[in-house]
Amino acid sequence: MSDETLLKTPLYDMHVAAGGKMVPFAGYAMPVQYPLGIMKEHEFCREKAGLFDVSHMGQCYIHSKDGSDPAAAIEKIMPGALQVLKPGKMRYTLLLNDEGGIEDDLMVTRTHEPEGTLYVVVNAACKDKDYDILEEKLGHLITVEPLEDRALIALQGPKAEEVLASLAPDAAELGFMEATAITLEGVVCWVSRSGYTGEDGYEISVPESEAQALCNRLLASDDVEWIGLGARDSLRLEVGLCLSGHDFDASVTPVGANVTFAIGKKRREDGDFAGADRILKELAEGAANSRVGILPAGRAPAREGTIIADMEGNEIGKITSGGFGPTFGGPVAMGYVPQSFTEVGTEVQLLIRGKAHPAKVAATPFVEQRYKRKQVS
Amino acid sequence: MIKFTEEHEWLEVDGDVATVGITDYAQNALGDVVFVELPEVGATYEKGDEVAVVESVKAASEVYAPLAGEITEVNEALEGEPALVNSAAMDGGWFFKIKIADKGELDDMMDETAYAEFVEGL
Repeated sequence: MSDETLLKTPLYDMHVAAGGKMVPFAGYAMPVQYPLGIMKEHEFCREKAGLFDVSHMGQCYIHSKDGSDPAAAIEKIMPGALQVLKPGKMRYTLLLNDEGGIEDDLMVTRTHEPEGTLYVVVNAACKDKDYDILEEKLGHLITVEPLEDRALIALQGPKAEEVLASLAPDAAELGFMEATAITLEGVVCWVSRSGYTGEDGYEISVPESEAQALCNRLLASDDVEWIGLGARDSLRLEVGLCLSGHDFDASVTPVGANVTFAIGKKRREDGDFAGADRILKELAEGAANSRVGILPAGRAPAREGTIIADMEGNEIGKITSGGFGPTFGGPVAMGYVPQSFTEVGTEVQLLIRGKAHPAKVAATPFVEQRYKRKQVS
Repeated sequence: MIKFTEEHEWLEVDGDVATVGITDYAQNALGDVVFVELPEVGATYEKGDEVAVVESVKAASEVYAPLAGEITEVNEALEGEPALVNSAAMDGGWFFKIKIADKGELDDMMDETAYAEFVEGL
């Protein structure tokens, strides 16, 4: 895809002006890093507050066609407990195919108004596919209304609350995985306490015409810097969060992907979602292969696609995400191994450029998540 | 005598041995270096062979032998401190020393002025 055909987010000009190195990502020209560099951007986000442009992600409303709860409809293809979401509460869930494979992961929030409407954020690379699946499977029950005129930014890090509360004190009142409408700089924004860095922070949906002004206001703080896709990837990897299409794909169930926390307890009992037969069987017996953390013993990073071998050198799986963890201070990775290798501490080898490097199966996250939960959930 | 290649390597030539590293331009383009895989002392390479790998946070990049020869020494300091490639690309961040098989291969390389012009034109 040539640069001319790449889409631009409403914040594109700001990235270029800030010295962002623009690269193609999911059809958009996105900043992979700024002059600070990936390592320092990563550390800045863990110490202060990082500002991310995630406007390339898909934002939509889901309404029901007959006035009933649209969550009842989407629960048919998502295993999360969504009907029970109260207004202002959100949940990480998965879009499943008929075989129980994961087409994408997404965030579903119950809005305050219009009553019953769901606000959904899906991955940039999957948004057209996701909307097509929703239309094809549930088009008779729900309407998907893509929000094309809104930017989405994330403010992540230990200083995020202080910075955002200086614009709107209400922001401090939100608990992790809660969302509400908050007026920022005179503009009504949809603000959630969520993110994908393992840090406390917010995602802010803002009308595109107002997005640059809001970002400039946030960047006026010494505690805020732009963070690019490079550090976004190392931040989420360190805290063990999956990248859709890499750490799982449509062939893998939530059990194999080790994201069973996204399957509601009652949903398991009822088994009333796509692919439930296979998923419930794997819940009981384990998946043939599943995602684990992998800690290389040496310093060489193991990138996506690196072959995982047993101690005899037989290939047993592949790394799906891997690199250097700046906060961890060494290489970290995730990958799929057979059930008999999933125990933490199991020794494996990584075949990097033809040479075997020792590694161990490890617990994730590699770096502690620091969400601001109101209560233990 | 210092020479440069279009692959952004520098060679400090002393007799028939060249100390090889990557230029400031190259380290800047790569970003934060977190790991360098160095060749074995005693290994021989032809010009253009993959001789080392430099890993930044984001990606791995190959380093190719700028000329044919035998590795006589590697910079072991890079094992503990790969960031030297960023902070001292032109001296402390050197990669390896190579015994030059054919000094004629140096003739095709750029001097400092020519390399500066080459980078200017990128």
